[in-house]
Amino acid sequence: MAQAAFEELVEDFEFLEDWEDRYRVVIEMGKDMPVLDDALRVPATKVEGCASQVWIHPEVKGDTFTFMGASDALIVSGLIAVLHRLYDGLPMADVSGVDAKAELGRLGLTDHLSAQRSNGLNSMISRIQEFAAAQNAG
Amino acid sequence: MTSSVLDVAAIRADFPILSRKVNGKPLVYLDNGASAQKPQVVIDAITKAYAEEYANVHRGLHFLSNLATEKYESVRAVIARFLGAPDENEIVLNSGTTEGINLVAYGWAMENLQAGDEIVLSVMEHHANIVPWHFLRERMGVVLKWVDTELDGSLDAGKVVDAIGPRTKLVAITQLSNVLGTVVDVKTICAEARAKGVPVLVDGSQSAVHMPVNVDEIGCDFFAITGHKLYGPSGSGAIYIRKERMAEMRPFIGGGDMIREVSKDAVTYADPPMKFEAGTPGIVQTIGLGVALDYMMSIGMDKIAAHEKMLCDYARAKLDGLNWLNVQGNAPGKAAIFSFTLNGAAHAHDISTILDKKGVAVRAGQHCTGPLMTHLGLTATCRASFAMYNTTDEVDVLVEALELAHELLG
Repeated sequence: MAQAAFEELVEDFEFLEDWEDRYRVVIEMGKDMPVLDDALRVPATKVEGCASQVWIHPEVKGDTFTFMGASDALIVSGLIAVLHRLYDGLPMADVSGVDAKAELGRLGLTDHLSAQRSNGLNSMISRIQEFAAAQNAG
Repeated sequence: MTSSVLDVAAIRADFPILSRKVNGKPLVYLDNGASAQKPQVVIDAITKAYAEEYANVHRGLHFLSNLATEKYESVRAVIARFLGAPDENEIVLNSGTTEGINLVAYGWAMENLQAGDEIVLSVMEHHANIVPWHFLRERMGVVLKWVDTELDGSLDAGKVVDAIGPRTKLVAITQLSNVLGTVVDVKTICAEARAKGVPVLVDGSQSAVHMPVNVDEIGCDFFAITGHKLYGPSGSGAIYIRKERMAEMRPFIGGGDMIREVSKDAVTYADPPMKFEAGTPGIVQTIGLGVALDYMMSIGMDKIAAHEKMLCDYARAKLDGLNWLNVQGNAPGKAAIFSFTLNGAAHAHDISTILDKKGVAVRAGQHCTGPLMTHLGLTATCRASFAMYNTTDEVDVLVEALELAHELLG
């Protein structure tokens, strides 16, 4: 079981049979993401390996993991929003334990996860995991 | 399906990959500008070459080496015929346009240009016809002079000619833009440049696929082609080089096959074109290219061009009807290459992702044309590029998929 926000999404997706509807939801979620401040769209937050531009800004607040993110592509913004539901608000110690690939598979979005896919979902997940590893090591 | 001068159903049957499905939908392959699919005759030729007729070329005296050499060398004449080159010894075999243009940069331009000399280019060149010249700019102080496209995406041949100054030593220009579909009047450019004593390199990577080409009529000095866009194997290609220019060139890549004699303190070279073909070449790729070009010629370049013009007109009318779609480039006589963006926030990658779900393969990105994208004020476009095996039905599928993309992303 992942976080409630993500489980809710999984439940919603169970009622969506065709990919168009799933994409519609993902795209809308992307549009609803809080705008990432220009000051945070910098080389340090930029995720390389994405065909479109992607920024991820992870933080620890108290003991809790949180992140902001953005992309100039709508579907990728939506995927960032999905990751947000998966990761944001987790206790810092739990972040490394998330099997993002398996969780996203529950949404029927695994076709976005092959290594050659240039949308960069793998790179985004790696960025989050690297941050978590560094935090937990420190 | 709108009627065509070609028996498109029969042609499609020659391309096994076209009958496969993608994401559960019939494949609609509209990424031909990046690479074309291969007919069965080419696939068979590759298999046969490896299964029955393979050895290294030019070296052995044994049966298979002679046979492979004969097959490989016979392609030179096929390419000469395809390009209308007067002499097959003006054809240098290589891995494609990128290598061909680099050969001209290193072998001819480095030898014949000096600091302050100019190369005239259009802003719509592919990086393959830009980066080798940047090398000369960085390393030798050669100056690049850029000619912009017009608002409709056309390129004014007169402006290219006017850009030729006293220090201009080369014009390097595409005959067909891989983004805009614009066809360039290279014949006029070559005639005017010749009158001023300036050689012209034509990037024929796209044009040779879509229209009859005759380098003798064009009057160019260099004409580069890429095999994998010509329904042939990747890693094959050629460049036509006028004899006078060949005589002015020094070898670019050194190694076996391009030499006459090598000793500890001297080397003499083979005669052109072998002088410019070092090392074991793409033997089987080149043999496959010969078969691909024969296949194209047996269909007829005029017919291929006529079919694609029909597709272009059909697609143009359909896409013009989508008032939320912006097609880049609307030059008269443009080829069936459509680069577009959607109104609103949709990124080219969003659009191509949705199209892919519908089985429609297009390219999204900069298309290796950084200067053109800057000129157009765009970061990326989607590109649908057609080939001889595409149909008007496929245009309809593209339009339906675009409507869905517009609905989802708008």
